[in-house]
Amino acid sequence: MYSKEVMDHFMNPRNVGEMPDADGVGVEGNPVCGDVMKLFIKVDGDRIVDAKFQTFGCGAAIAVSSMITEMVKGKTLDEALQISKEKVAEALGGLPPQKMHCSNLGADALKKAIEDYRQKAGSKN
Amino acid sequence: MECYFDNVATNPIRQEVYEAMLPYLKEEFGNPLSVYPLGVKAREAVEKAREQVASLVNAKTNEIVFTSSGAEANNFALRGIAFAHQYSGKHVIVSRMEHHSVLNSARFLEKLGFTVTYVTPDKYGVIHPEDIKKAITDETILISVIHASSEVGTIEPIKEIAAIAKEHNIIMHTDAVASVGNIPVDVKELGVDLLSMAAHQFNGPKGAGAIYIKEGTRIIPLIFGGIQEGGRRAGTENVPAIVGMGLAAELAKKELSEKMEHVKKLRDRTIEGVMKIENVHFTGHPENRLPGHASFCVEFIEGEGMLLMLASKGIYVASGSACTSKALKASPVLLSMGIPSHIAHGSIVFSYGRENTMEQVEYALEEFPQIIKRLRELSPFAKGWEGTEEGGSCIQKK
Repeated sequence: MYSKEVMDHFMNPRNVGEMPDADGVGVEGNPVCGDVMKLFIKVDGDRIVDAKFQTFGCGAAIAVSSMITEMVKGKTLDEALQISKEKVAEALGGLPPQKMHCSNLGADALKKAIEDYRQKAGSKN
Repeated sequence: MECYFDNVATNPIRQEVYEAMLPYLKEEFGNPLSVYPLGVKAREAVEKAREQVASLVNAKTNEIVFTSSGAEANNFALRGIAFAHQYSGKHVIVSRMEHHSVLNSARFLEKLGFTVTYVTPDKYGVIHPEDIKKAITDETILISVIHASSEVGTIEPIKEIAAIAKEHNIIMHTDAVASVGNIPVDVKELGVDLLSMAAHQFNGPKGAGAIYIKEGTRIIPLIFGGIQEGGRRAGTENVPAIVGMGLAAELAKKELSEKMEHVKKLRDRTIEGVMKIENVHFTGHPENRLPGHASFCVEFIEGEGMLLMLASKGIYVASGSACTSKALKASPVLLSMGIPSHIAHGSIVFSYGRENTMEQVEYALEEFPQIIKRLRELSPFAKGWEGTEEGGSCIQKK
């Protein structure tokens, strides 16, 4: 059912865990629906230097979280905002149709983390 | 180690059954309706299987109709009875513990103008006879309640419910797909008018099911055509599958108590082992349950992840989580029992059959806690359901 990449990122997820000193945090989803993604980013200048995640959800949700944290590292905030659900799914070698919403969840959590960072950065200035 | 612990999904076919089917896939290809010897042989094989299946559930041979599956049997029961008796009334009662083949048949009847009452179980998944009684109206023509739940293992008080149905002159159906061949099922003792079963739930082949229809029960066929199955189910018989079902039924009857004792040991050891893990809830009834069925909800993680990680260790189980279903909804059965949906997503079912061993169970009990630990490390809720509306109450702890 899942591609080799999805299974790899699910079985060996990258960048797992909390980031106490995160510059931006994005949470998307609801446990009632079966998936919640929490994404942490560390920003230097306008570049994402580190990312971590915690996810409650299925294999696809976990793989998407892992892949997205890999994809954002080293990108500027604007570049990171260009990461769409399709790009995440593509990087994972595709997702079953009924699991595409997991990919959506990842892109939305990332957006929220960046917004969170920008809000915090803005309020500091 | 390979551990197939998903016997509620299907069972492996027995070697004896497989071998008994083979001639009917090739040289004994006759049509049971043909009058020459080739046909007669096929006819005799089908009738022998009918005796074997009838004997398993204590029915008469003319009360058994072969179908293609348990789902067909359930569709036949609901539609066939509703159509045949709609002029006496257009109200049907089903429970919320039912399989989709019953629930979706009931929904279809609603579209045709029937009214359906869906009776809710208690927190153990038990449908109470008094709740059925309360749902009865002058229009009620059919009550359908599952015999045993494949999701939570609970065995329903069918005998008591059937007695109420009889008192009110209402036809009683039970979906016994998960119970026949796994616990004693006696149609006379249960007092039901119709009972569905499937061969692959007792080590028979897929593509073979049957329905018990009590003598004298009026029913409209689901499939019209020839005179097969006494005119109640047209279509040339699936002879090899029926032969397989017959032998599987005979063997299941012979070995029932032995099998029950065996799987019960595996089940009880599983419950003991899994309940040692923190924040795990037992689901279903603790005593009145299928002997080989152990079901749980594991908090803070989701079922599909558990399934995939267990599968990577060669352990195959089931879950009622949203993500394992294409509908992306948590199991309606678990929700109807009052289990909050965020906890229902962590559902997991270990179901045992005659092929399983204690060695396999011990292996799974070693792997499972590590898998839970690993997935909880990934979860934002590892320290609790903070930030969620539902707190995780209303689930029984064993």
